[in-house]
Amino acid sequence: MIELKHLSKSFVTADGKVEALKDVNLTIRNGEIYGIIGMSGAGKSTLVRCINMLERPTEGSVIIDDRDIGALSENELRRIRRNITMIFQGFNLLMQRTCLKNVCFPLELAGMNRAEAKKKAMELLETVGLPDKANSYPAQLSGGQKQRVAIARALATEPEVLLCDEATSALDPKTTHSILKLIREINRNFGITVIIITHQMSVIEEVCERVAILDEGVVVEEGEVGSVFANPRSAAARRLVFPEGNEIIVPEESGDERRLRVVFNGAEATTKPLITQMAVDVGIAANILSASTRCIGDKVFGNMLLGVDGGEEAVAKVCDYLQKAGEIVVEEVKNDV
Amino acid sequence: MFDGTFSFEALQDAMPILLNEFPLAVWETVYVTILSTAFAIIIGLPLGVLLVAGDKNGVLPLPRGVMSVLGVVINLLRSVPFLILMILVFPLTRLIVGTTVGTVASIVPLVIAAFPFVARLVESSLRELDPNIIEAAQSMGASPFQIIMKVMIPESVPSLISNFTIAITTILGYSAMSGIIGGGGLGKIAINYGYYRYQYLIMFVAVILLIILVQIFQSVGDRWAIHSDKRLKR
Repeated sequence: MIELKHLSKSFVTADGKVEALKDVNLTIRNGEIYGIIGMSGAGKSTLVRCINMLERPTEGSVIIDDRDIGALSENELRRIRRNITMIFQGFNLLMQRTCLKNVCFPLELAGMNRAEAKKKAMELLETVGLPDKANSYPAQLSGGQKQRVAIARALATEPEVLLCDEATSALDPKTTHSILKLIREINRNFGITVIIITHQMSVIEEVCERVAILDEGVVVEEGEVGSVFANPRSAAARRLVFPEGNEIIVPEESGDERRLRVVFNGAEATTKPLITQMAVDVGIAANILSASTRCIGDKVFGNMLLGVDGGEEAVAKVCDYLQKAGEIVVEEVKNDV
Repeated sequence: MFDGTFSFEALQDAMPILLNEFPLAVWETVYVTILSTAFAIIIGLPLGVLLVAGDKNGVLPLPRGVMSVLGVVINLLRSVPFLILMILVFPLTRLIVGTTVGTVASIVPLVIAAFPFVARLVESSLRELDPNIIEAAQSMGASPFQIIMKVMIPESVPSLISNFTIAITTILGYSAMSGIIGGGGLGKIAINYGYYRYQYLIMFVAVILLIILVQIFQSVGDRWAIHSDKRLKR
């Protein structure tokens, strides 16, 4: 278990003090894939670097399996870093070494003998699907292949935690998908706890179980991915969930139309056309003013704004009908959308 | 001034010198240059590493005092003109070699003049390295010494070779200059015959040979640097 307690980090720059992290408290369970998402400059990279003490937090502590990492000596810290490895946006491979030698690198650092290290590195290259690239140099590989080598390198010392710092941000969507798949396999097969730092919603949706949203150094929301994204409460979360802007353009209210916000909180995605079915079943034709839903796994999250004619009675019927479908919350909204 | 430099008589005068003295002079110039460069690298490489690693954001931050002394000493040695430096280190040369005159003796001042230059070149090579790679090594638990030996130096090899090529051609120039006050090689011949005895033809030939040597060193160095750079492998 990784516990971040009251973590703060400030930098002194030419323009004065910058607070990169402000009182961050998070608990990451063993074996889970935890996402930390935020816009650039939110402090994500600083946060992940505090976990392995590449950045020393100004205040607070990082506790991994009941050990306070910040209290360790440089020597102990170096040893524990073999247990908390990292992959990066820019891959950061040694460009003058072959892929095999890159994977050997952390083993060399740990003092393993050459032959043994080579054997282990070869196995790892097989794990990441690149056994044929052992003697190629990083410059000869594509971005996705480089990240695979970096993952093999990160696994070499058999870590318990893998930190991914924007590991897919330099990759195209298809490659991102394949790297995330690999990360999930590693998480399952080796039981490695994975912490993913990203600015991409899709990354979090695809692999993370829980997520924290970081905004200007503060954790503004935290929890199960589905519930956080379905019902973004903070402005930062809304910006991430609706990157095109949350300003839903809705026509002026007309006549006695009432407005209902329908929140999908993980309803089963079915082929049943819910709103149409409602029109048939209860005879109320709702006007869909705006909708933003997405499927996470096989569940639907998001919300929809309906306009309903017919006064109190109709509103009650609609609420009743939709809420019966399960995992849907309906609330009436007044002018402020 | 150069009237008759290329006349038949001049060539006749020059022939015995060209045949008898030049082969040895070329050899002396080459080995003095290579040996001096080697020693300059032996001293300059660790110092250059220290200049980068000892920086306050480096992998092995050293006290500010140590760093400024190091910087001042290097700048001081770099600012003394080579000929003056050669005279200044005469006592040291005598101590090490036993004499201040001759080909071997000129190695001492050449090394003293060149190692601070090499240290600066090494510094600039190492600073080119992507700091993220160093951070990655730190994240894997590398010690400062491991980072220097396994990351900073090996990753900078192509750039170091390019810079050492610059060093060797500069040292070749210095070695020729050392001919004025007792050094051996092509410089000595150019000065003794060409300048003191007005046999300009000899001087020109010596200069041409120096140019050829620079060309050889430079092209070998360039090729080696490119060959060693695994980033250029396709």
